[in-house]
Amino acid sequence: MSLLAFCEWLAATAGSTALRESLFMYPLVESTHVMFLLLFAGLTVVWDLRLLGLGFTTVAISEMNERLLPWVRIGFGVMVLTGVLLLYAIPVRTYQSVWFRGKVIFLILAMINIWYFHARVQPKCGEWDTAARLPWLARRAGLASLILWALIIVFGRFIAYNWFDCDIQPQSAFVNWFAGCVVATD
Amino acid sequence: MLLPFFEWCESLWLGQAIVNSNWLFPVIEAVHLLALSVLGGAVFVVDLRLMGLGLKSRSASELWGAARPWMIGAIAAMILTGVPLFLSEPIKLYYSDSFWLKMTTLPIAIAFAFTVRSRVTTNAVRNTARRQMLVGALSIALWVVVAAAGRWIGFS
Repeated sequence: MSLLAFCEWLAATAGSTALRESLFMYPLVESTHVMFLLLFAGLTVVWDLRLLGLGFTTVAISEMNERLLPWVRIGFGVMVLTGVLLLYAIPVRTYQSVWFRGKVIFLILAMINIWYFHARVQPKCGEWDTAARLPWLARRAGLASLILWALIIVFGRFIAYNWFDCDIQPQSAFVNWFAGCVVATD
Repeated sequence: MLLPFFEWCESLWLGQAIVNSNWLFPVIEAVHLLALSVLGGAVFVVDLRLMGLGLKSRSASELWGAARPWMIGAIAAMILTGVPLFLSEPIKLYYSDSFWLKMTTLPIAIAFAFTVRSRVTTNAVRNTARRQMLVGALSIALWVVVAAAGRWIGFS
């Protein structure tokens, strides 16, 4: 079964339909997604500013890690949960959205950036735990994180706009390809 | 009394330009959202600390000192993007309860941050843990109302 067919199957389920057509559930889930952005993206920005040496430079990296990241993870958990529900409510359109696909790509890159930092860079922080200016690899992780999460947020917001929807043809060949549109060929 | 002012706002070229554009509103709003992320971080770092959570080894006043420039910059960016967003649909906003809730709570939240909350971050004896916790929670509540009301404008 193709991913598109799976999304079409999802869209037909009772849960998806109920969520999509409800007067207040979808707005509630979506508002929660946006509201928890203040916590998740906000503290991520603080963390990245520290890595870049632009702010909060009196806080040790180890303390950021132990005391700040748990809150980031809580925020992230809610973002993922509400995000999955949003996808589940409108599976086909979201799956075929260029903005959603771009967002997923940037999310994967962001996860790789996070993994690399925690696995390869942070273990060495003993020498520079309290330094205001950190080694290049740490600063690069902060910069990459800021850029990627900004893209993730903007692309996520743009999912709502229908400029490149498969339903609204003609679209450019690139959009049709990238979004996986099923275009009738006569 | 305010309605004529809002009607005049609707005639301005900036709002018209946004209304007539496919992409101006989304782009301006996206920047508004990015600034909101920065504001959220600046607010939460201090409020979590006031509630005895988060970066406990640093003093609340130290964290407020570090967060303040970012909070000011973020608020400035949100106002700079918020005004064009407003100008693109003033009459709709005039009749929106969410808009008025946001616009009355926003100055309260800002004033609160730079007066009551700022004073409670110091290590003066009167700033008990309980008082700090209350102020931190109230600060979060105020900003949540502003953000939620802002989001709810979009639903009307």
